[in-house]
Order: sequence, then structure tokens, then C-alpha cells
Amino acid sequence: MGNSSSGKVQKERSMLLQKVMIANHFKKLSTAHADNKKVVYTFVPGNLNELIRAFDMLPVHPEINALQSAMRKKSAGYIREAEKYGHSEDVCTYVKCDVGMLKSGNIGPTGEKLPEPDLLLLSYTGCFTFLKWFEILRQEYDCPVVVLQVPYQGDGEITPEMTAYVAKQLREEVVPVMEKISGNKLDEEKLRRLLDSSARAESDLVEILESARHKPSPIDAYFGGVYYIGPIFTAFRGLETCEEYYRVLRSEVEDRLKKGQGPITPEGPLNEEKYRLVVEGPPNWTSFREFWKMFHEESAVVVASSYTKVGGIYDTGFRHNSAEPFESLAKYCLGCYTNLNLPSRIDLLEKYIRDYSADGFLINSIKSCNSFSAGQLLILRELEDRTGKPGGFIESDLVDPRYFSAANIKNRLESYFQMLDSRIQEASVN
Amino acid sequence: MNNTNSTVTQIIETCERLYNDLDFSYVKNWKQTHAGKAVGFMPIYVPREIVHAAGMLPVGLMGAGDLLEIIKGDAYFQSYICQIPRSTIEMAISNRLDCFDGMLFPAICDVIRNLSGMWKLMFPEKYARYMDFPQNFRPEVGGEYYHQELIILLKDMATLSGAKVTQDQLRQSVRLYNENRAVIRELYDLRSADPHLVPTYELYLIMRASNILEVSEHTAMVRDYLGAVRSEKRPERDNIRVVLSGVFCEQPPLALIRALENSGCFIVEDDWVLGARYLLKAVATEGDPLENLAAAYLKDTVKTASRYEEDGAKGSYLIDLVEKTRAEGVIFAAPSFCDPALLERPMQQEALKRADIPYTSFKYSESSGQFQVIKEQTGTFADSIKLWGSV
Ligand code: SF4
Ligand code: SF4
Repeated sequence: MGNSSSGKVQKERSMLLQKVMIANHFKKLSTAHADNKKVVYTFVPGNLNELIRAFDMLPVHPEINALQSAMRKKSAGYIREAEKYGHSEDVCTYVKCDVGMLKSGNIGPTGEKLPEPDLLLLSYTGCFTFLKWFEILRQEYDCPVVVLQVPYQGDGEITPEMTAYVAKQLREEVVPVMEKISGNKLDEEKLRRLLDSSARAESDLVEILESARHKPSPIDAYFGGVYYIGPIFTAFRGLETCEEYYRVLRSEVEDRLKKGQGPITPEGPLNEEKYRLVVEGPPNWTSFREFWKMFHEESAVVVASSYTKVGGIYDTGFRHNSAEPFESLAKYCLGCYTNLNLPSRIDLLEKYIRDYSADGFLINSIKSCNSFSAGQLLILRELEDRTGKPGGFIESDLVDPRYFSAANIKNRLESYFQMLDSRIQEASVN
Repeated sequence: MNNTNSTVTQIIETCERLYNDLDFSYVKNWKQTHAGKAVGFMPIYVPREIVHAAGMLPVGLMGAGDLLEIIKGDAYFQSYICQIPRSTIEMAISNRLDCFDGMLFPAICDVIRNLSGMWKLMFPEKYARYMDFPQNFRPEVGGEYYHQELIILLKDMATLSGAKVTQDQLRQSVRLYNENRAVIRELYDLRSADPHLVPTYELYLIMRASNILEVSEHTAMVRDYLGAVRSEKRPERDNIRVVLSGVFCEQPPLALIRALENSGCFIVEDDWVLGARYLLKAVATEGDPLENLAAAYLKDTVKTASRYEEDGAKGSYLIDLVEKTRAEGVIFAAPSFCDPALLERPMQQEALKRADIPYTSFKYSESSGQFQVIKEQTGTFADSIKLWGSV
């Protein structure tokens, strides 16, 4: 990504920054134990990065390991490895990819070995599989597990009781364990500073995402979006480098917006915007570029997506808030996309379709992810009914290449784009 | 229903009728005669006492098995989602669930969770609630949260039934369910002691009847069955003793259960209809009933895949069951695409390996009619244990 011809330096700066951030993080991880740093494994949705960082500990996210393994074409082998250990072909492939990686030496994306965890922080947010995943991992490691249960928004709301329950667990379960592991008392001031920083980066992220309301959109909010959410969803939220990343990215996006430019794709800037789409569901990682290409070569731009909300929804107003650190962390966890009930997911997608003037929407249904996939066919119908916009439905997997059938997906997309074409034409005639 | 002098055959016939009746005639009749409402619930566990105390009939729904052709349900779920949500939707859109005034969706997995949202959208006129259970088992943390959940449920049930629910009514319901749990324990103990007296086919149907019958009626039925079966002469069989694990949600077809028995296995422990056996001890009847129900949930329960295991000794519960029931092996059966059961399995298998307990594993679906391969597999498993004591 980022090999555009004009304004090259400025456009690439955010990408370079992110690359450096990631490389530094994995470097630090590789020497963490030698440097006497403690390591916390935890999940992306509902991650407590500010808290972990307030204790000067380093986070590792197993989902990120899995998706990076997939992008490096290692996931097929890892999944096979896990299946050899008795893991079923039917279950979440993120888990199997992670288990396989562990059984193959736990080599991280930079080729360095990942440190063993000092703590497994099981933030049980929006996906049942997380519980099982860490039950499996804890058998491999001699370290404590602390569970943070985040109640599901079954009735489509966050009640005061839910917030109180999560905040209480943070205070009474999570913090004491972190204090013990790190050997430090919680520095609330530091936590507040981190939360303030998060809020600033979050506001920039929202501006970036919302730039896609413009025609043409200066960003792709799905394929490009997964890069844009990278720092804030993972190890960096709350850090100065993260703020800087979003400041730089925002100014790059604003610059493109001013110039009326489209998103940058791996093959350069996309200057024509033929279709504006909203996408529901995670992407496929094993053939990420090939998948993206199927869109940008048709001049299809994703203007909003739900996947870029799994690690936090900021565009409906939530910000981390240093005035109420624990309640704010609780609300953050409770509000992640994976923790929304089906009607709320549909409401949000409907809002995106309208607010971003989308021509249609597409669901990428992930074979091994029950959390996302169960109910998506109803989402498809409801959204079509409510918005009158055509919906497309494709199936793939996150990290198991056996379930990415390029020809099949391309076929489906082609017919979907044809349908969009005729709808757009009809609309212009009427 | 008057079971006082029922024979085993009569009791099992009644259970078969209930099992096969996807129109829920019993529920409709009960509603009419009691001028009451009915609340369905999905596996595994809900505090039925609260529904009961509100004067309503709690009814456990476990899919349609192989009794219903899925015509529209498949349009709601991709091929890689298990069967139970599609047959449940099929039953609902074919009006078979119209007799239910409300539905509870306990936190068991993301499929049931998402089904709760689908329900809200598809049947907006019906009460539907997703019930979160604590995964933190400290009374002052998870217990307190769960207690609040129960208060909400009680309030909702009172509103739905239009009745005020007193503490005494709650205590009375708790008592009735305690009795039911006790007779079910007796039934399981008898099967474990004399498996030839209590064929699993019969036990299973009796357990499935507990999903539907009003609790006192079910308790009476189990008592009758126990009385009747103890005086029956039934042939002893040279079967191996096994624990069946993983069948807590989508159910194996009845014919598969029969096939397992016929392949030479006495099932002496299982995890189907687990909700009726979820609490291992009687719930206290003194003091605040909701607090008591919450406390009972935190400790002294079964361990199952949808419940986080704190102590880290995965598989120890299963091994205890094997030892307690003097089982010679374990059969892991799991619905296809069932994340909870299938993610749990390798951890359990590891523990069994370490404890030198033989096991065999397979997947099924509720609608499958083909289990010759499974029968051969469990038959071979049984034979090798008989011959060599291992596999
Ligand atoms: S089931 Fe889905 S949400 Fe859950 S861990 Fe797997 S990929 Fe993530
Ligand atoms: S069979 Fe398994 S995956 Fe399907 S609904 Fe039940 S617990 Fe969930």
C-alpha cells in the first residue's frame, strides 16, 4: 500500500510510522524478559491497553499473531499442526492458527520468538471462543489467568449494572493481579494520561473514518481501514506514538480529500469511484491483496465497515475518559462491535449505508467465526428491506486458505457489481 | 396425567409422545387448563424456578431432531452453522412455537446468543431475553451481578404472567425443583448401579420429558418409573460402561442413542438435558430465594464447555465422573460446527490420555439419519475394551 505517484513522501509517512511502531513493539517483546518487562496476552475486542501500559507491561494479541501468520502464508501449516493435536476442522481458525504457531516455536511476525506470557488477561468480550482459547493456552503456560467478563448487550443497551460489574472486576480482579505481576502499584495519574491520549487519537480516527462520507471517498474503510485501526486496536492506544500516527494519517487523508483524490490501494491511488459499499464481517487474510484487488479493479470503494469497529466503536461518540477511568474502560469493552446484539448491528449498518451514501452492502461471512456469522443471512434481508440497497453475500475464512476460493468469490462479486450497475442506472433514469 | 400405577412401557410411551410432538399439545393443554403462559428456553440452563413461581410453564427446547424437514430454516443459516438454530427457527416460522409467550436464550455460545437477536427481530411481539451468566464465581463480584440478572428476570416474568410473585412462591418452586433434581439423581444413580435396568433410551426420553412437563408431574413420573423398573426383570448384558460427553446442546437423533447402546455400550453418565441436573446440590430454601439461586449457580454445579473453568485442571471433572460411575471409557460426541464442544474436546482428551482412560470421538447432527459408521466405531471401541481393557 502507499505506492502512489504524487505526494509520495507525505502519503507514505503514516504507513512508515506504523511499520516502525510494529517493528519496535516486536523488538521489545523479543527481549522483554531479558529487560525485565512483563508480558500480557490479551484479545483485541475489549483490550485494556491503557491499563497494561500503565503498569509498563507489554501486550501480545493472539488474533494479531494469527492474522499476521496468514498474511505471511504460514497459517495453513499452523492450522494443520493444531488439527494434528486433535483440534476439529470445524472450529475458529484463529485459535488453531495460534495453537499451531505455539506448537511450532511461537515465532512472531518479525521472525523473532514471542515471549511467554506472565499473565493471560481473558477479556471475554463479544466472543465465546475467547474463553476456550485461553483455557487452551493456559495449559501451555505456567502463568495466572484473570478473567474480565463483559456482559453482552442482549437488549441492545449498556445498563449501569453492566458498567458497574465490569468496573468492579477491573478494580477488584484485574488491577490486583496486574499489581502483583508487575510488582507496581497502579499509578492512576499515569492511567489518566494514557486515557486522555487515547481519546485524542480516537477523535482523529473518527475524522479519518468519516472522511469517507465525501464523494469520492479519500479512504477505503475496509481494506485500507484495517491498517488505519491497527495502532488503536492493538498495542499502542494511549501512547504518544499512536497519537502521532493518527495526526499524520488524518492530515494525509485531509490532503487527499482537499485534492478530491480517492483511496490508495496496493497498486496506487484509485482515481475512479464507481461503487460505494458498506461491508460487514472480517476480511480474509490469506489472500488479502487478491481479495482487495477484486474490489479496486472494479473501482469499488468501501466507505464504512463493521470490522473496523471490533476493537471499539468511536464514531457514535464514545471516547475513553480520564474523569472516570474504570467506568470508561468498562464502557469501551461493553461497546465493541462484537458485543452488540443483532438488531443493534443491523441498526449500525443501516446508519452507515445511509450516512455514507452507499450504493449497496456486502457481507463477507467467515466460515469459522460463529460470533460474526450466525445471523448474517437475516442481516442481509433486513438491510435490503430497510434501505432498498442491494446486498451481496460471499463466504471465506479469516486464516484458513482452504476456504478462500478466489474464482468463486470473484464470480459472485462480478454478478453483484453487475446488479449494482443496473440499480445505479435505474436510479439515474428515474 | 395419572402415573400412579403406570408400567415402564406406559411411561416410556408417554415420553415418546411428548418427544415426537412438535406441536407441543401438552403445552397448549397446560396453558388452557391453568389459564397460564409458557416460556421456552434454549439449552443448557435457566433458573426455571423463577418462571414457575410466576405461574408459567418453563419449556426446554432442544431443536427438532430428525422429526422435521427443514424447508425455510436453511435460508437463515450458512451451511457451517450447527443444526439446532435452523430447526428452532423452522419450528417458529411454521407456527409450532406460537404457544410460547416468551423465550429465554442462555449464554451458551455465540450461535444461541445471536439467535436471541434474530428472535427479537423476527418475533417482535414476543418476549425474548438473552441471559448472561457469570463467568466470575466470586459471590461479591459475579454473584452480585447474577443476582441482579435474576431480579430483572423475576420482574420480567411477573410482568409477562401478570402475577405478583411472592418470596414464598419462589421458595415453593425452589422446593419442587429440588425434589425433581433429587429424583433425577436417583435415576442416574440407579442407571449407574444397574445399567441393564435403566436403558439409556428410556432415561433419555424421561429426561427430555423434564423439558416439557410441569415439574411436579415430572417428579411423579420419575418416581413411578423408578418404582416400576426396580420390580422389572430385565436381562443383564455384557456391555462396557461409558461416559458420553459433548451432547449438551444440539441433540443426537434418538436412533443414534439406540445405536450406541446396541453397539455394546452402557452409557452410565452423559451431559444431555444438563439444565435439569446443572445444580448438584439442593438450593437453600431459607432466606432470599434469588440470592440462593445465585449462590447455587456459583458453586456445586456441573462443569461444562460453556462455563469457564477457573481452577485450570481441565478434564478433572470428567475423570471424576468416569471414576464415580466406574466407566471404562469415554465417548466424545459433538454436534458438527459446535465450537464449545469441539474446542473443549482436545483439552479433555489430553487429560484422559494422561489418566489412561480410553476414548473415542465422533460428530453428529440432529437431523442425520446415517450412523452405521458411528455404530461400527463405538462397537469396535466396546470390543477392544472388553478384550484388552483399552483401545
Ligand atoms: S470466533 Fe470469530 S470473533 Fe471469536 S475468536 Fe474466532 S474469529 Fe474472533
Ligand atoms: S450446538 Fe454448539 S454451536 Fe450450536 S448452538 Fe449449541 S452450543 Fe452453540
